[in-house]
Amino acid sequence: MSGANDSSALPDGGITTELEVEQDYEQHERDKSGPRSMVLNMGPQHPSTHGVLRLLLELDGETILKAAPDIGYLHTGIEKEFEVKTYQQGVTLTDRIDYLAPLSNNLVYCLAAEKLLGLEIPPLAQWTRVMLAEFTRLNSHLVWLGTHAIDIGAMSVFLYCFREREEILRVFEMFSGQRMMTSYFRIGGLALEPPRGWQKRVKDFVDIFPSRVDEYEELLTSNRIWTGRTKGVGYISLEDMIDLGVTGPMLRAAGLRIDVRKDAPYSSYEKFDFEVPTRTENDVFARYAVRIEEMRQSTKIIRQALEGMPSGSHQADAPGIVLPDREKMKTQMEALIYHFKIVTEGFRVPEGEVYQAIESPRGEVGCYMVSDGTQKPYRVHWRGPSFGNLQAIPKMIEGTLIADVIAGLGSMDFVLGDTDR
Amino acid sequence: MIPENLREDPVASALDDVAVTAKFEFNELTVEIAPENILEALRRIKHQLRFERLSTVTAVDRYPAEPRFEIVYHLQSIAGKQYLRLKARVSGENPEIESAFAVYRAANWYEREVFDLYGVRFLNHPNLTRIMLPDDWVGYPLRKDVPVTGTRY
Repeated sequence: MSGANDSSALPDGGITTELEVEQDYEQHERDKSGPRSMVLNMGPQHPSTHGVLRLLLELDGETILKAAPDIGYLHTGIEKEFEVKTYQQGVTLTDRIDYLAPLSNNLVYCLAAEKLLGLEIPPLAQWTRVMLAEFTRLNSHLVWLGTHAIDIGAMSVFLYCFREREEILRVFEMFSGQRMMTSYFRIGGLALEPPRGWQKRVKDFVDIFPSRVDEYEELLTSNRIWTGRTKGVGYISLEDMIDLGVTGPMLRAAGLRIDVRKDAPYSSYEKFDFEVPTRTENDVFARYAVRIEEMRQSTKIIRQALEGMPSGSHQADAPGIVLPDREKMKTQMEALIYHFKIVTEGFRVPEGEVYQAIESPRGEVGCYMVSDGTQKPYRVHWRGPSFGNLQAIPKMIEGTLIADVIAGLGSMDFVLGDTDR
Repeated sequence: MIPENLREDPVASALDDVAVTAKFEFNELTVEIAPENILEALRRIKHQLRFERLSTVTAVDRYPAEPRFEIVYHLQSIAGKQYLRLKARVSGENPEIESAFAVYRAANWYEREVFDLYGVRFLNHPNLTRIMLPDDWVGYPLRKDVPVTGTRY
């Protein structure tokens, strides 16, 4: 590799490389004099790394001198795969990028393609998208809260969180037939009409959920072990975070009111009334508090979507792009031709390039789509929020204790599928 | 040089002397910069135009056209609630461009990713090594002349 650079010329970047840690280790092995540090491999199978993240830690006692994250264990070439799938087929790949927030990913991909196509999406589809995207946020935050609490030693919270998550997965199953890899949003609208009776299931959920959030708070918020492990831990300055590419709840816990849903509303978010919670402490506890409040706000959005759900079609009026109704396909010649064309070769998307960003549970997820006018995307680049967030790890944990690494990592809420793609 | 219709735009006009061309499509501003001016353009965007965040760096392979690679930067101004796309074209013969790390530290991993998957070298990058693939991997899989299926190429 031609990447070898003179490390003395480095600006103070707050970044540590794997090589640096390894060289330090070899140096200590060679000359046994001086203070001896230890190199610890945390991961790739360490449970608190939630997936396959490897952290190289150089320790002096329990203090971390240097930390270097090593990623790529889950790289599956999804960006390459997009280039050989038609636009509609690409939706199924997006589920698998961030497997805890499948519908957010479906949404950003569809919005990007719809921007290129100039499609107008009917209100029913937009509102359903908002509602399910907020369910995704709840789902993701619940998994985060449960696993984060387990890491810090509060076992029972996990069980409570997964009880509610099960309800959310049932909602997903009701709408799309799938619990996790939903692919429910399609270019042009929704895959299926919302099922009969969904209102009752969603209503049951939003009626009970706020009290369940109170339960989590009762277990954690004033729990002395919890506050002892989280308050004042995992500090990283706001300027560093912005410069290192961190987005989402991490920034909001540092007092910056940033949220794509408010700053650049998409899919009719501007019609919903909700707050963007912020805290100023900028530690693990603040990130926990922000996410708890986000859960309450998401429930509020879901309730508004439930009560004000518009009627109408679930798909755009775009015959060459959206699959025709089954009945029409059997009785009308044009519909049959369109059906055949869409299924066999897909639809052409006008030449151009767009970048669409939305607020996923973890931060800004972006889809950069380049079309060359054919049925398959020329290039799809995925800006995963976990990838940007993980870059800040060395800055956050260097100089702290090893026990705080677990809390700090947990507070970032990353998904390795999203990082490695 | 930016085209006539974008003279009024404050962002595009501030980059006039370093820009090759610019366009405004799908409500998104794209400014193409000559690769040798990329650092100057990024500095100006960060300090003068207040685009605090580098959202992502990626590349597009225009094989077999030359210059082959487009290096694409997405930037966001938090206060201005605005996105901007920068683009620089580098040749396939010798794909090299100055690293954005000196201006935005977020470029670190994004540029490593582009190096890993496209083989574009970023000069003065602090740690230009493969990030996704194993260190001994041969080839750059996101290039258009690499097939998707098959065991060899």
